[in-house]
Amino acid sequence: MPLTFYKKPAMVAYVTCGDPDLATTREIVLAAIEAGADVIELGVPFSDPVADGPVIQRASERALKHGTSLGQVLTLAAEVRQHAQSTGLIIFSYLNPILRMGLGKFCKVARAAGVDGALVTDLPVEEAGEYLRAMREYDLAPVFLAAPTSPDERLRRIAEASRGFVYAVSRTGVTGQRQQLAEDARKLVKRLRRVTKLPVALGFGISTAEQFAEVGEFADAVVVGSAIVETVERNRGREAAAVGEFVRKLTAVSSELSAAAR
Amino acid sequence: MAALEELEREYARAKRDKKFHARLDELLKTYAGRPTPLFFARRLTEKLGGAKIYLKREDLLHTGAHKINNCLGQALLVERMGKHRVIAETGAGQHGVATATVCALMGFECVVYMGTEDMRRQELNVFRMRLLGAEVRGVESGSRTLKDAINEAMRDWVTNVRTTHYLLGSVLGAHPYPTMVRDFHRVIGREARAQILKAEGKLPAAIIACVGGGSNSIGIFYDFINDKKVRLIGVEAGGRGEALGDHAARFRGGSPGVLQGTYSYVLQDSGGQIALTHSVSAGLDYPSIGPEHAALRDAGRAEYVPASDAEALEATTVLARTEGIIPALESAHAVAECIKRAPKMKKSEIVIVNVSGRGDKDVGILRENLKID
Repeated sequence: MPLTFYKKPAMVAYVTCGDPDLATTREIVLAAIEAGADVIELGVPFSDPVADGPVIQRASERALKHGTSLGQVLTLAAEVRQHAQSTGLIIFSYLNPILRMGLGKFCKVARAAGVDGALVTDLPVEEAGEYLRAMREYDLAPVFLAAPTSPDERLRRIAEASRGFVYAVSRTGVTGQRQQLAEDARKLVKRLRRVTKLPVALGFGISTAEQFAEVGEFADAVVVGSAIVETVERNRGREAAAVGEFVRKLTAVSSELSAAAR
Repeated sequence: MAALEELEREYARAKRDKKFHARLDELLKTYAGRPTPLFFARRLTEKLGGAKIYLKREDLLHTGAHKINNCLGQALLVERMGKHRVIAETGAGQHGVATATVCALMGFECVVYMGTEDMRRQELNVFRMRLLGAEVRGVESGSRTLKDAINEAMRDWVTNVRTTHYLLGSVLGAHPYPTMVRDFHRVIGREARAQILKAEGKLPAAIIACVGGGSNSIGIFYDFINDKKVRLIGVEAGGRGEALGDHAARFRGGSPGVLQGTYSYVLQDSGGQIALTHSVSAGLDYPSIGPEHAALRDAGRAEYVPASDAEALEATTVLARTEGIIPALESAHAVAECIKRAPKMKKSEIVIVNVSGRGDKDVGILRENLKID
């Protein structure tokens, strides 16, 4: 399964699909992969993105204006897969669009498209029984969010249900860039390592090479979302190039860290 | 999840605690003004020529609506959990006002999220919240109404979860809210049942209540659920038409889905995006419905019908001029259904209508829509 983190730290890039349009999203994704992203989270826009801050909220609204749908995102995933054999592809969506399509149908189409896994933002592991069965049937990796406020017992449940990697959320809050990484982040990853051998990716609020490097010291992968989405927002007409430059800046850190480790 | 589990544990503890119940009952009685009267609407009954109509007067409760039953209950839980900051969402503003009220009573910091469209149409309540010391934050995203206020409240909660309690105003959201909020409103039906038996020596043939999230309706329905001969009728916002986006009748056009932590009937499009809704009444303008209502409806125990904007506006005038009671536009939906239904019922039958709130907050809208001054 291409959900492998080749470098340390690996880079997970999130994009809101359909902002400004699907064709541009495809270019953005391929540019990110070329610049060193190991895993791409294809964000499905939703009308009520309760876990997202203003940047992703705005991107979702724009994407929804021209009717971007889960079906279209899965088609996009298939197109990306044709150009990128070893990149991990995760569908990042709220639950309702998936339920509307049907869990079985979603998994079937995702598997056929070459998708590796999914992260359903508002599906807690406690309610995930049916989802986990469907994902396993189609050999898709369910990725779950672990929060700093989750007690150890819950982290254990999350770890048991997860495949591929565990997504640690760096702080209480919604997606969005922050100046300082909270203390919560390091502690959470430490607690996760006690209950899982899966790689741990850390996300929410990371936007600079410095933060990327800092997280890279204790996590296996770094997730960058809002910073990429905002780069897209701010570079109309040259989105893919801008994202490529941005991702390259971040992944340069991994090369340095790998070199230093030798 | 941790916060929800903490709340569930605290609520379970409180439920078993006699002192908690005694304190809540005391506040409901001496502060909120319970019990509320069950009033025989003689002139309305005569005008409609059918069943005997009784009105459960939640509009007489402190702050002008039923909402405070739940706010007092949750405020006592906040105190037990040692938190000092309370946030809430509000549609029509009644829940916001009730939350601001209990926060002033208990000394908590209070932030209320309200869609800017709702702030415009329910100005009186915005002022009341601020006068009570709450901060009212306008929400500009989405449809700028209730569901958007809930999104923003939830974002605040996940960010500030350690210090803050989210005082959800209806039987929606993740567990334990639908159960807990229903429990806090059960007093409405408990009282009504005792009151009607005392007044008439028998149970009503039907109970009618408006359904936004579903708190006032489940509150009056619950203690009658096992009285199988009592029909439970929930009235949804029929808005201005049947097309998606023109109403908020979840059982007329919705399908099962997940919104804001709840699995229930939701108005949505074919891609699973949540639909915009419309109602002249802010408090009914919501695309999902309390899951317990979904269960009652699917079990055939309760039935749900729409009343249009026009019917609700008309019903407001009828009740005002027949009984001297100005209902909230939300409650007017229940009155509208009563106007349709009572004439077809026998004179020996009784119908109880839950007047969930008073209409002072709606004078702006009423003035725009009715030819009065």
